[in-house]
Amino acid sequence: MQRARSIATARQREGSPWTGLWAVVAKEMADYLTSARMMILEALILLTAFGTVYAASQNLRAGVSNSDDFLFLRLFTTAREPLPAFVGFLGLLVPLLAIALAFDSVNGEFNQRTLSKVLAQPIYRDALLLGKFLAGLGTLAMALTAIWLLIIGMGLLQLGVPPSGEETTRLLWFLLITIFYGGIWLALAMLFSIIFRQPATAALAAIAVWLFFTVFWGIIASLLARTLQPAPTGDNQALINQIQLELMLTRISPNTLFSEVALAMLNPAVRALGIVLPIQLHNAIPGTPLPASQSILLTWPHATGLIAATIVLFAIGYILFQRQEVRA
Amino acid sequence: MTDVVVECRDLTKQYGAFTAVDHLNLKVHKGEIFGLLGPNGAGKTTTILMLLGLTEPTSGDVRVLGLDPARQPLSVKARVGYLPDQVGFYDNLTARENLTYIAKLNGIRDPEMSQRITQALDQVGLSSVADRRVKTFSRGMRQRLGVAEILIKQPQLIIMDEPTLALDPEAVREFLELIRQLKASGITILLSSHLLQQVQAVCDRVGLFHKGRMVLEGTVSELAQRVLGGAYRIHVEAEGGDAVTVALRQLPDVVKVSQNGTRTYHVEARADLRAEIARKVIDVGGKLLGLSIDTPSLDEVYARYFQKGAAYATSA
Repeated sequence: MQRARSIATARQREGSPWTGLWAVVAKEMADYLTSARMMILEALILLTAFGTVYAASQNLRAGVSNSDDFLFLRLFTTAREPLPAFVGFLGLLVPLLAIALAFDSVNGEFNQRTLSKVLAQPIYRDALLLGKFLAGLGTLAMALTAIWLLIIGMGLLQLGVPPSGEETTRLLWFLLITIFYGGIWLALAMLFSIIFRQPATAALAAIAVWLFFTVFWGIIASLLARTLQPAPTGDNQALINQIQLELMLTRISPNTLFSEVALAMLNPAVRALGIVLPIQLHNAIPGTPLPASQSILLTWPHATGLIAATIVLFAIGYILFQRQEVRA
Repeated sequence: MTDVVVECRDLTKQYGAFTAVDHLNLKVHKGEIFGLLGPNGAGKTTTILMLLGLTEPTSGDVRVLGLDPARQPLSVKARVGYLPDQVGFYDNLTARENLTYIAKLNGIRDPEMSQRITQALDQVGLSSVADRRVKTFSRGMRQRLGVAEILIKQPQLIIMDEPTLALDPEAVREFLELIRQLKASGITILLSSHLLQQVQAVCDRVGLFHKGRMVLEGTVSELAQRVLGGAYRIHVEAEGGDAVTVALRQLPDVVKVSQNGTRTYHVEARADLRAEIARKVIDVGGKLLGLSIDTPSLDEVYARYFQKGAAYATSA
């Protein structure tokens, strides 16, 4: 440690750490976009998008009154048995897509024996890792944007009305959050691909984390809240504390953050996330929509959390990668 | 720039308590082919990684083309081509696409880029398969593509790690021929190998590695001189019985004479005594049928060196 620090201060590295970054991004993105696994996943997402949105638009045409101002948002959220709504699928498919993109990004190079060759070119490791991450995020962004546009296009055809500015703002913000929700899983899968030599191990580890947050974290959070903040019958303050603790704990999971954002952005009538006491609703007119800017404000902490988690996970991977020996 | 391309002074690399490279001193001159030879785990690859700035030395000093690889890695890596052992490629890309990626990482742009790529593919004889996916390539072709990747950056120094490993004899021959061509175009080459016989043919000078130290350095014949004690092994085929053996033993510089069968004699001597032996055999009335000398091989030098073991450690 002492030695590493003294070297770091005594020696300034020459040149920019981002030399060659765009060459890496371009190559990785071309790889991602042409790889078979991406095509399978994109086909899957497209299929769900078509299925759910078509079902939703049929429902909307049949039932909903013309006074509804947010038809396009309903395309994402309306479910028709037996299919859940498109947002429900997104929560599942986006992590899967992100993990599939990144689980072999570093150990794959290692196993292909291309890593030492690439690092022997005049670039720093920084450029390689960041390039791979940006390419993954770019691919994700491109795929999701395309799907958004397709859904809106289908909406135009099926519903026959253009989306309002309000709706467009909400959908764009939701798109951004969805991309960073994918970014977390991308950074996580990349981290595992640095830690584990076998791509299969890295993929399983990433999926295990995903399953943990999807299935188990809710249960664990409520158990933890009950033990840490017991609420005796009749003590309302304790009960509120308990619920708030549970809410805080569940929000550690990116899935919770994402579904809360989806709720707030796609359902303008939602004015608060978490518990609302009757006293806080005093003078409010229930069911009236919030303006988009207020909904964005409501989900701002979530967006910050998702982006921060992405950066932290990437930073951990970055440090590990810098310290890794390149020799096989 | 001076004549010295690579210079290491007291270069040391420790992994925990294990010393991979131990006070290495090495100089490679411009235009020569230098062989780093030694068994697996002797510290050859670690040395190479330090030359490229991919691993930081624990102590000591490295200069590659006058630059410090730890401080100026980009400049060093732009001028030095590195062929790792069993070089890998992106199997789903074609040969040309693989080269394009490496060229872009080196900051080479079109039209310069496509020109250099075509040229490099020509030089290694892969032009006809340039647009085939690399996964269909044989090992020999992959190795040559690896060289093409190096050539597109027009390096002053090429470092190859075990370049002939896992190649069939024909591919090895072709590959060594390619190395000679590179040398002829003025590029300095540093290669590591444990297959001594194969690289003996191309190396101007070699350094023998053992447990992180370079125990011997020089041309192959110099090393033979030092380790084999100037041993020349001469095979004599002659008719004349024991008289020949006795006579040969009397020659100066002869170390040992052994008779093998009725007509074959093996002479170990400190000098090339073929002429003297011929005269002696005829002088004692024998019939000389054949005379040949073993060229010293690195394998032999190496085996002999480690038989004698630590005795040389001080002299090296």
